[in-house]
Amino acid sequence: MKKIRIKHLLAVRWLHWLNFPILFVMIWSGLLIYWANDVYAIKIDGKTFISFFPDSFHKALNLPFRLAEGMAYHFLFMWVFFINGFLYVLYTLISGEWKYLVPDKRSLKQAWQVLLHDLHIRKYEPPFVKYNAAQRIAYTAIIFMGFGSILTGLAIYKPVQFSWITWLCGGYKAARLEHFILTIGYVLFFLVHIIQVIKAGWKNFKSMITGFEVISTDKPVGNKINTTTSPDQPNKVV
Amino acid sequence: MKEKQITDKKARTNTIVAFAIFFVAFGLGVAAWFWLKKLPKETGTLGGTQMPLREGLNFNEQVFGSLFSQNKLVKTYAASEAVKQVRVNGNVGMKPPLDSAAWKLQVVKSMGDTLMISMEDIKKLPKMDLVFEFKCIEGWSQKTWWGGVKFADFIKAYGLEPEAKMTYVGMVTPDGQYYVGLDMPSALHPQTILCYEMNGKPLPINQGYPLRLIIPVKYGIKHIKRLGTISFSNKRPRDYWAERGYDYYSGH
Repeated sequence: MKKIRIKHLLAVRWLHWLNFPILFVMIWSGLLIYWANDVYAIKIDGKTFISFFPDSFHKALNLPFRLAEGMAYHFLFMWVFFINGFLYVLYTLISGEWKYLVPDKRSLKQAWQVLLHDLHIRKYEPPFVKYNAAQRIAYTAIIFMGFGSILTGLAIYKPVQFSWITWLCGGYKAARLEHFILTIGYVLFFLVHIIQVIKAGWKNFKSMITGFEVISTDKPVGNKINTTTSPDQPNKVV
Repeated sequence: MKEKQITDKKARTNTIVAFAIFFVAFGLGVAAWFWLKKLPKETGTLGGTQMPLREGLNFNEQVFGSLFSQNKLVKTYAASEAVKQVRVNGNVGMKPPLDSAAWKLQVVKSMGDTLMISMEDIKKLPKMDLVFEFKCIEGWSQKTWWGGVKFADFIKAYGLEPEAKMTYVGMVTPDGQYYVGLDMPSALHPQTILCYEMNGKPLPINQGYPLRLIIPVKYGIKHIKRLGTISFSNKRPRDYWAERGYDYYSGH
């Protein structure tokens, strides 16, 4: 017999894994679109610190001159991205899973302790149920980021029909920049997520596919020890 | 989190099933991706892209087109906010030298007779100035100042109301090299203008002198320069960029 812990619900696993290729297509097609006007850079004192992106980056990913293709993919998969995200939020709310995911008033302080712990500065990790404070903040923030991507996306996609959204975003140009920054945010989230998954190990990764984690196994040492038969209950296994 | 006891066999079966589904789903996703990539591109008016992607664009046209209202106006600005250096992004349809003395706007009416309208006659119609944020499909935008006659006024002035009941307007440069198709609601939007002035002066040659379209509810690709012919249709007229895989609607 195995004692298992049900870690991830079926719907959450499906929606999580579906989001991976969806987000990949959205970011890739977004890059095809962005290439056509690749103006963003981080400049300090007029000196370009980071350019989004160098020509070599565009060329390496075969991004140039594919604007129409990028738009066609982006505006088809936006629906899939939206529906998937919507179902995830709906499901976490209905199932009560949100209670494990939403930060509380101690989360900010604890997340800092988690960070110190992960960086091997602090020895002990604060106790948690299912998700630690840093995870709670990250997994809630990513939902708001998704929501932000939809809003800023609509602001640049239909700035006349949704002029109020464009206004909320601070204008058309601002909305485009915000949409881009959110994408950079996803990439950073993804990198940290991958590092954490690798750190957490195979058992944790496996549970995201199977849904459960084995806590303990009762190994039968031998039939003689574990099994006794009594005359009145001949088939009872103790 | 729930905990429970299961047999070793069940734990193994559940794990194998979960991984099998995972890899099958992953494989199907990859297969669907390559199927889409390998599909031949469509040709014709709605060409340049694979059928499912075009269906997606057309679906979006229906969804977001249904939100369109001629009462929703594009935000306007003061003339002082308009840029002086207006970006020039395309010259398709403007390569042959222009014979400005001979230029006339041709309007093909439904019964086959064509109106020939001179620039002087167009300028007799009420003029409207418009400063708005011009948005290129590439992603850049500029506040620019344009002047001309409202397309809806032009329709009325030349008795084109029966034609305006059709679904689309087609506009073509004199050499036939650049052409756009517009849905009628967008063409009749109160900020759509047949434009002959920029920054209070006649249009420069590279901005489409003598007459161009300004249609703020659309991306720049629809703002055809150096207008030659206008026609009306219930079928989608040819559109230069839609033939090359872009959204036919390209509206905001």
